[in-house]
Amino acid sequence: MTEAAPIAPAPARTNPPHRIGLTRPLIIGLAVLVAVGTLLATLVTGFDQPQVALAFGVLVGLGELARITLPGHREVAPIASAAAIAYAFLITIGTESVSHTAWQVIAVVAVGLLLGELPHIMVGQSPHWGDLARRLLSLSVLALVFRPIVGFVGPEGELWWVSLGLMAGLVVMVWALDSVAAAAIRADRLHTRFRVTLRDEMRAQLPIGMAIGASGILMALSAYVMGLAALLVFTAPLLVTQVAFRRFAEIRLTYLQTVRALSRVTEVGGYVETGHSRRVSELSQAVGCELGMRESDLLELEYAALMHDIGQLSLRDPIPSGATVLAAPREQRRIAELGSAVIRETGVLDSVAELVRRQCEPSAGDGDDGPPPLGSRIIKVTNAFDDLVGESKDADRTAAVLQRLRMDTDHEYDGSVVDALSAVLNRPASRW
Amino acid sequence: MRALPVAARLYVGLVVLGATAVMVLGPFDGIDPGTLVLLAVLFVVAESISTLVHRGKTGISPSSSASLAAVVLVGPVGAAIVGFASCLIFRRQDLVKRLFNGGQFAFAGYAAGHVFQMLGGGVGVPDEDAFPWIVLPFAVAVLAYSLLNSLLVAGLLWCLGAVRIQRPRRVMWRPLATLELSSLGYGMLGLFIAAIWGAVGPFAVLLVLIPLFIARWAFDQYVSQQRAHDSTLATLCQAVETKDYYTRGHCMRVAKAAGMIADELGMSAERVQTMRYAGMLHDIGKLGVPTKILQKAGKLTEDEFAAIQLHPMRGYEIVREIDFLDEALAGIMHHHERMDGGGYPMGLAGEEIPEAARLVSVADVFDCLTSTRSYRTAWSAEDAIIELRRCAGTQFDPRMVEALVRAVDREGWEVPDLVEPDEDECVTHHEPEAPAASVRVAGETTRS
Repeated sequence: MTEAAPIAPAPARTNPPHRIGLTRPLIIGLAVLVAVGTLLATLVTGFDQPQVALAFGVLVGLGELARITLPGHREVAPIASAAAIAYAFLITIGTESVSHTAWQVIAVVAVGLLLGELPHIMVGQSPHWGDLARRLLSLSVLALVFRPIVGFVGPEGELWWVSLGLMAGLVVMVWALDSVAAAAIRADRLHTRFRVTLRDEMRAQLPIGMAIGASGILMALSAYVMGLAALLVFTAPLLVTQVAFRRFAEIRLTYLQTVRALSRVTEVGGYVETGHSRRVSELSQAVGCELGMRESDLLELEYAALMHDIGQLSLRDPIPSGATVLAAPREQRRIAELGSAVIRETGVLDSVAELVRRQCEPSAGDGDDGPPPLGSRIIKVTNAFDDLVGESKDADRTAAVLQRLRMDTDHEYDGSVVDALSAVLNRPASRW
Repeated sequence: MRALPVAARLYVGLVVLGATAVMVLGPFDGIDPGTLVLLAVLFVVAESISTLVHRGKTGISPSSSASLAAVVLVGPVGAAIVGFASCLIFRRQDLVKRLFNGGQFAFAGYAAGHVFQMLGGGVGVPDEDAFPWIVLPFAVAVLAYSLLNSLLVAGLLWCLGAVRIQRPRRVMWRPLATLELSSLGYGMLGLFIAAIWGAVGPFAVLLVLIPLFIARWAFDQYVSQQRAHDSTLATLCQAVETKDYYTRGHCMRVAKAAGMIADELGMSAERVQTMRYAGMLHDIGKLGVPTKILQKAGKLTEDEFAAIQLHPMRGYEIVREIDFLDEALAGIMHHHERMDGGGYPMGLAGEEIPEAARLVSVADVFDCLTSTRSYRTAWSAEDAIIELRRCAGTQFDPRMVEALVRAVDREGWEVPDLVEPDEDECVTHHEPEAPAASVRVAGETTRS
């Protein structure tokens, strides 16, 4: 479903082949090493309780098969992760205690993930390898810490709450580590700041991470009473969670598609040049990332940039080739106000409407409201840039336009935004 | 509650009194007080969180699994006490509501407990050899619980006069089945909570409920995004027609009519929604037609008519990237086809025309006729129906026309009232809109 197009602030083109950060290859390499190493080690020593390993491996595989993509291009496989956590935390099955090593846990999970991923790869939907590697590595950390001490905690004694607390603590720790890794990859990919992506990642992974952790712990502990049936029973609540998240991700994608498509009505109406809204939106997002904007702000920026010209629909005659930068300031102002009024009408996009309303104010602001929000300042610059350059990819022209924008930075345009724009444009292997 | 009807007062009183009697009379043997208190606390917490997360919606909440765990762990009387604890829920609610909720939960729990015991279930943490046969009596108990729960609430609503017993036109099986299934699912979890109570303790409930609460939260997010999406779509459609004061609201009315027809034809809820989208977006391509052609009062030249004929294709081009529109795309592209093959853009005839397009075409023309245009005043719904019937078979699909007639007969049709054009400087012109071109041909011939 959601594999088709990137959600929110992740235009695929900001993934230039030449400038990929080191974190992602490092993490993937490490995951491959761990997988191969543990698999070899386990093959040599043999599998402990192969039926149990098989049951968990199958559940991991099925969970991976049903993976979903959350908004922001995040791939998760809740059921696979929960099953893996349960296998790492498994203490007894019925009254029979289990004694598999951490190596075996990692090997089983690695094989399960790989098998679950195969059908996806065969139909051409290869996973985000970074996310897949993170799933394996965070599980590895969990298993490596917990398996050696499994002898000291048991469900029989009075100490069940100790093991419960320990498990919960470990899950939280691994969630934090995983967020760090995800944030590092994301910061590299989007050319933005690590601190910002870390906060975004932690926030994005928290709800689903809590559901995964709770289910994993529950499966591990309840295997004492119910045996392997616990796997089936407690996958059910998680399945409900997954379905809810999946629908949420779908509607987010749909929303974006709708706004993208309808932002083109201005082009069809001959008000702006073909592709203008789309280009301004992509450029704005790249600039926003460069300036370290938060994910939620980037989404608003994308909506605002796509719809920034919607006010032109109320004009009687289209501006020549739609270039608002060439229109009189008063006219620009009115278009912005009209567009903002239209967007405000939706009742749900007030902050987007605000960005659109203030998109043509000078960088220091012109009323009593102070300077316009960063998003508005970015749209002002990127819109002017695209109006002046158009579809041309000529380097000289780009440089000349940048120069012109820069000359106006003391009043009209925000200097830091123009700098960020030029950084984005000068990036090697990038389309701009 | 101030103006509570006497019947409702009596009803609530009876429920609460009955529940209290059950709890006071006992018997209490076999109830572990610690477990009872923990269960009650968990039930209250779960119920509070679930109303917090999922505000204002009725339906079965995950907290029912705590109450059904009580059925197994502390028996019928214990379950009644746990259910009654919902009086203590953390949220603003008046006393009568609290008492009634507590009473009905207590009753449902008590009945479920007796059903469970009658069919051979015991009290206390079930031991391993009780599985899997314990599932049967428990499933029946869950059924009894949710049935009694619904009946008691329905009884109150009936006393309040909020619902009248009526034969619904079509019973909505799908949502009903979904609700029942989810409530059964939550209920069954109660058994498993009871089973692991010994090993994991009261935290079992929390661990089970965390994913469910998060699911509710995510589902809520989904619903609010869905709403945001719908209102954004509607607003952007309306923005496109702001220039033409006469066609304002056209897209929303066509969407409504299309939805009515689809409903009348018995389409599934999803398809009804798709038809609504098709109606909403059918004229979005109008924007690509030069304004001066749309505004032209006299007869159109060949070239101008060709330009107008482009608008369905333009519309299709704008929205084709939107995945969910799906069938609606065909409806947008072909809404000016005629059954006799004389329409545009492709000249399809009869069944070749996609169903969505035949539907939207009727909805579109119906709204055109019943609203005022710059060149004529609005027709009444009756006249419009006569006209539609006259053209059924040649221009329209008779099935769609009849469906519209039935729907309008039943629900009525509000003819849009026209407020005087405001002298907004940027909204200066009335464009007679393009579908009018074809309608005018049809309509004009009757009158001349």
